[in-house]
Amino acid sequence: MAFTPLGSRKLLFVTGKGGVGKTTVATGLARALADEGKSVLLIALDKRSEVGEAFGLTKLSFEPTKIDEHLSVMVLDTEAALQEYLKINLRLPIVAKLGVLANALDFLANAAPGVRELLTIGKLCYEVREKHYDIIIADAPATGHIVGYLAAPEAINSFVRVGLIRNQTDWMVDILHDPTQTGVVAVTTPEEMPILETKQLLATLAAETKVAVAAAVMNRMPDIVAHGATLSAIDAIIDERPGIFGSESLQGVVIANQLAVARRREAEHQFTALREVVGGTFPIITQPNIAVVPEGSTMAREVANSLREEIA
Amino acid sequence: MSTLRESFGDCRIIVTCGPGGIGKTTSAAALATAIATNEPLRVLVLTVDPARRLADALGVPGIGNEPVDVQLAGVGTLSVAMLDPRASWDALIRRQAADEETAERILQNVLYQNITRRFVQSHDYIAMERLHELVGRGQWDLIVVDTPPTRNALDFLDAPTRMADFFSSRFLKWIIAPTRSSVTSLAAKPLTYMADKILGNQFLTDITEFFLLLSSLYDGFVERAREVESLLAEESTKFLIVSTPEPIPTREATFFNEELQKRSLRIGGWLVNRMLPASLNLTDTTTGVAILAREEMAQIADALGVDVATATAARDRMVAIAEEYTTVAERERAQLAALAAGETPVFGAFTAEGEIDTLQGVTSFGQRLLSAERVLKFD
Repeated sequence: MAFTPLGSRKLLFVTGKGGVGKTTVATGLARALADEGKSVLLIALDKRSEVGEAFGLTKLSFEPTKIDEHLSVMVLDTEAALQEYLKINLRLPIVAKLGVLANALDFLANAAPGVRELLTIGKLCYEVREKHYDIIIADAPATGHIVGYLAAPEAINSFVRVGLIRNQTDWMVDILHDPTQTGVVAVTTPEEMPILETKQLLATLAAETKVAVAAAVMNRMPDIVAHGATLSAIDAIIDERPGIFGSESLQGVVIANQLAVARRREAEHQFTALREVVGGTFPIITQPNIAVVPEGSTMAREVANSLREEIA
Repeated sequence: MSTLRESFGDCRIIVTCGPGGIGKTTSAAALATAIATNEPLRVLVLTVDPARRLADALGVPGIGNEPVDVQLAGVGTLSVAMLDPRASWDALIRRQAADEETAERILQNVLYQNITRRFVQSHDYIAMERLHELVGRGQWDLIVVDTPPTRNALDFLDAPTRMADFFSSRFLKWIIAPTRSSVTSLAAKPLTYMADKILGNQFLTDITEFFLLLSSLYDGFVERAREVESLLAEESTKFLIVSTPEPIPTREATFFNEELQKRSLRIGGWLVNRMLPASLNLTDTTTGVAILAREEMAQIADALGVDVATATAARDRMVAIAEEYTTVAERERAQLAALAAGETPVFGAFTAEGEIDTLQGVTSFGQRLLSAERVLKFD
């Protein structure tokens, strides 16, 4: 079955349970698409995202930093987003005197329900609309929180009936709900909890939003250690004849291989569980486990290399 | 030398915290189970999202907002509850509202439903509020609390303060003020203009109504937020940071450790989960690999019923795997020793695949955690 290539979209939300390698996949995806010649803006939605470190930057700013010809990165700061919004939409003279209104801004961005989410989504959709980049990749909040963001424009619509925000949300919703433009990339690992959370995410996305899922990424799949007869022979030794080499001092070798076999089986079990839920609705991209994690941009490059075939 | 259990001495509350996806919930449940097995204490574990597998293992498939008892062969008792943010918020409003009518009007308010059901920050607050409520019942000697799994892990610490600040903020007072008198006040003009422009008049009216309804709850909320805050700062409350040896969880846990220290909260320990077993070490593996290299493969192949080439390939792969795992195991231990250089006591633990599928497994994992020895600074 042919799926719409990931890279043909305009806006991708990379999400996943905490700890599954969401940021790593987001940076790898951005790197791979930029290498294809697309101009990519990678946006960290969390100030503490490690997106900057992945490209050797010590600090990210709201103003995009150019990594190279095709790739820029930035962090979404809601206060800066609100100021930009006011500047663009209101042409307010009071923008110059924001200091006086700091409290109000703080309230709007932090306490008023959904404003943070809306400003975030608003900025992402704005970048899509302005077409300064071919594709926007968001290193998005964890699975438990992403729906709150994706549903924000509609949620706000349900209690804001007039005003600028109301006018502003309709076009955002159009972008978000268009599966050829927007998609969620659900990152997971082949373990029970991440798979469970991914299933819940898929269900909640379908129930509460009309945002499409572009792909699932099964990160950290254990290496296929061997194939065919060799694999069967290893399984036979581990399952039935752990003492076949007949020496006590082989313990370390046997322990390591027992762990490896158990991990591989659990991973296959979880992979099957996810595939059953997904059916053929979107691709599941597997990423090998990288035992020794390289620092900085090497990692993004490595992930990009293994993603390359999947995105074209 | 001291154990993890000793490090948490006579705590009444243990808060497990750290990045997501590192076995935090499982560790909380296992600790609680093992303590209730060993000691004559009434133990409650409050989780945020138990794995179905874990719930099944505990024999309580229907974990909900209200604590249920786990059938345990031990000297203490164990109860388990799962945070249901929506039910907890509704219960809180019912408790705090002046009368039933006010409560109902708040519960039906679309803004309230959006805040409590959709928006993240409200979950952090209610988790701590729920802890306060359960402590208040006085039914447990020890409560082990699991915290929302995110890099926002700090938010739950700040949530009570933020909630109190929010309710006592001038802006909130101002936003309610128009219905009283100051709608045309000169000072409010730019704010009215901006709020109007951004949010629309109707929204402002809705929000005002909502906060007016809530206003009867202000004092109660602020007071409770302060109480929750002081509960976390009590001497009998200790934090258990949980991470794995991987670089990103370690970095996040390091940050968390620093923040807890900055706030002068008590850290009982830092548990590094999912370590490879101590039995994997360079000396043994090297010896084993050398023996394997000399092995007579024809015999092995015979015993396995495969040809010599297959047996040899299997052996070579096994050697490669053993070497890779051993390298990782050694690196993990070095990293653990480096972490132990700080103030916080560090403990390591190994989890076997599928271990937590039974109550017995959960208990034995818990026992291993309790008896884990503090990693020495100059290991």
